[in-house]
Formats: sequence, structure tokens, C-alpha cells
Amino acid sequence: MKTSLTWLSGTIAAALVFVLLSPYPQMRAQFGGVAVPPGSTLTIPQAQLLMPEALRHSILTASTEKPLILQVGSHMMYAEGHIPGSEYVGQGSQPAGLQQLQDRVNSLPRKKPIVLYCGCCPWNRCPNLGPAFAKLHDMGFTNVKVLYLADNFGTDWANKGYPVEQGR
Amino acid sequence: MIMGLPRPSFRGSTTVKLLLFLWLGVSVPSASFGASSLLHKAAPEFVRTDLNQRRLDLRAYRGKIVLLNFWASWCAPCQLEMPRFVTWQNTYASRGLQIIGISMDDDSDSALSLFKKLKLNYPVAMGDERLGRLYGGVMGLPITFLIDSRGNVQAQYQGETDLNLIEEQFKPLLRP
Repeated sequence: MKTSLTWLSGTIAAALVFVLLSPYPQMRAQFGGVAVPPGSTLTIPQAQLLMPEALRHSILTASTEKPLILQVGSHMMYAEGHIPGSEYVGQGSQPAGLQQLQDRVNSLPRKKPIVLYCGCCPWNRCPNLGPAFAKLHDMGFTNVKVLYLADNFGTDWANKGYPVEQGR
Repeated sequence: MIMGLPRPSFRGSTTVKLLLFLWLGVSVPSASFGASSLLHKAAPEFVRTDLNQRRLDLRAYRGKIVLLNFWASWCAPCQLEMPRFVTWQNTYASRGLQIIGISMDDDSDSALSLFKKLKLNYPVAMGDERLGRLYGGVMGLPITFLIDSRGNVQAQYQGETDLNLIEEQFKPLLRP
């Protein structure tokens, strides 16, 4: 009995340490009592995050339905390099950018698979993804994922040898 | 060996230590010094017009220690570090430090607005995708290159970096 309690308490402690020190800020915010600024990437539910390897696999696999991939960050950095087939739809932190996003998706069925990404700067500092995700949610889109780039597009996608194309 | 200090006792700590080890391995802050293909190579030259309408030629700064900082007005980590750059420019200019900023904003109005707000005391020019590619691909901000007096890249700092670390690295390169 004493051994079981010791094991149980150790496991709970380990789980708490893992969550509180987790590299995934969503997990820390949800369980660590961190105040979440409005528009922050921490407002995006963890279940909607898509890991880079999963998206890479999706776009390289011929048989899967391809999502609409939208970049909502810097147009200049999009021109430098972006995910093949993705579209630039304006900066998510700007009203004009959100309007551009709205105009692009307005005619689409609300179940359309959509992936948003940015990669401008470290994930928990990105000003663009939170507002863009919220806009699509408010418009009724139910199948939206957000590409989780922990540091930036270069480190977490391009420098890993994942496919990149250039141009505006 | 330190005498007299009690040895810490953590019963059942193996799991915690393993998890801490894994966490540190995954989320160590980035201050890369070997990842760039430009490391120890000549910094790509460029000529631009800065936000004060003056000619900005990187080659003109040979003989100085240059911190070439790519930023954007919407980049929060960039805004946090630029006041320190202003301090460094004031403190170390006489010893040969020169900070140069390259804004990766899509429009110059945003860059100029922040330039004035932060009272940047070093030249700033607008970047573009061509300059970004010259510097190995500026696909995330901030990114700063430490360029020595011969024009070679000695270090690259990607993302939020410990500014004390940067200062420790460039100070030995300055004139006494």
C-alpha cells in the first residue's frame, strides 16, 4: 500500500513537472495557470495544432486530400520561401490582413480542411496566427489546423529539408 | 570537490531527472553558432538607401565590428532587443562597434514608425527577399549576424537570444 502511494505520488509529480516544463506552450497555459493574452497563439486549442512532419507527409502523399494552406504572416518572408501550394492571404495581426483572409475563404464550404501557418518568429510570440484562427472559427470553419513551428519557418521547416518554393 | 556541504537526497527522482533531461534537450534556447552556412565566410555585400535617405554600404564598415540585425515592426522579440542595441551603439561606437538594422517589414512606413519610436541611433534600411536569401534565408526573426573587422561572419543569433551572451562575444573583438 505504501509502495503504491509512493509510486502514485511520484507519477503525479512527474506528470506535473512534464506539463509545467513542456515545450508546448498550449499545455503550460492550460494547466499551468498562465494568463493567456487575447490574440496569442496560446488561444489556439492544442487539438488544432499540426506538427510539421505530419503536414509534410500530407503534401508529399498523392492519395490524401490536400488542405488549403494559408500563410498569414510576412509577405516578404513568404516570397523568400513558403510551403509549396500555399497562398499568402495577408498578415493576421492586421485588419486588412484579416479582411484578405475572409475574402479568400468566404465562398468555401465550412468543412474545408484548412491549415494556417506563419513562422515569423517564436511560436509564443507570433501576433498573426491567433487572430487568423479566431477569424476562421467565427466564420464557422470546423476543420482548421495550425502548423506548429516552435521557433520559425526556417528552423522548423526549411532547414529540415522539407519542401520549399519561392516567389510571391 | 566541495567539503562540508550535505549531499542532496531525492528519493524516487529518476523519473523527474529523465523528464528534465528530455525537456532541456527539446527546448534549449537557440543561440546557434554553427548552423549558418555563412559562418566564417564573407558577409554578403549590399548597398541600400537607409531610412534617413543616406547610402548604406556594408563594405564601408570594414575595420569595424558589425552587428547586422534583421527585424520587423510586428516582431515582439525584435522590439525587446533593439533598445539594448541602442545602448551598445552609444557605449561601444568609440571602440569600433557598428550596428546596422535591416527591416523585413512589407512597407517602410511601419519600419520608419518604429525607428522613430525606439530612437534607433544606427542606420536602418529596408530588406527584401533577395537580401534575405543572400544571408542564407531570413525565415524567422529576429536574426543577427556578428561580422568581424575583415567582413567575415563570426556568429549568428537566431530568435530570442541572451543579449548578455552576444555582448560577451563581440566585446573581445573591439578595440581596447
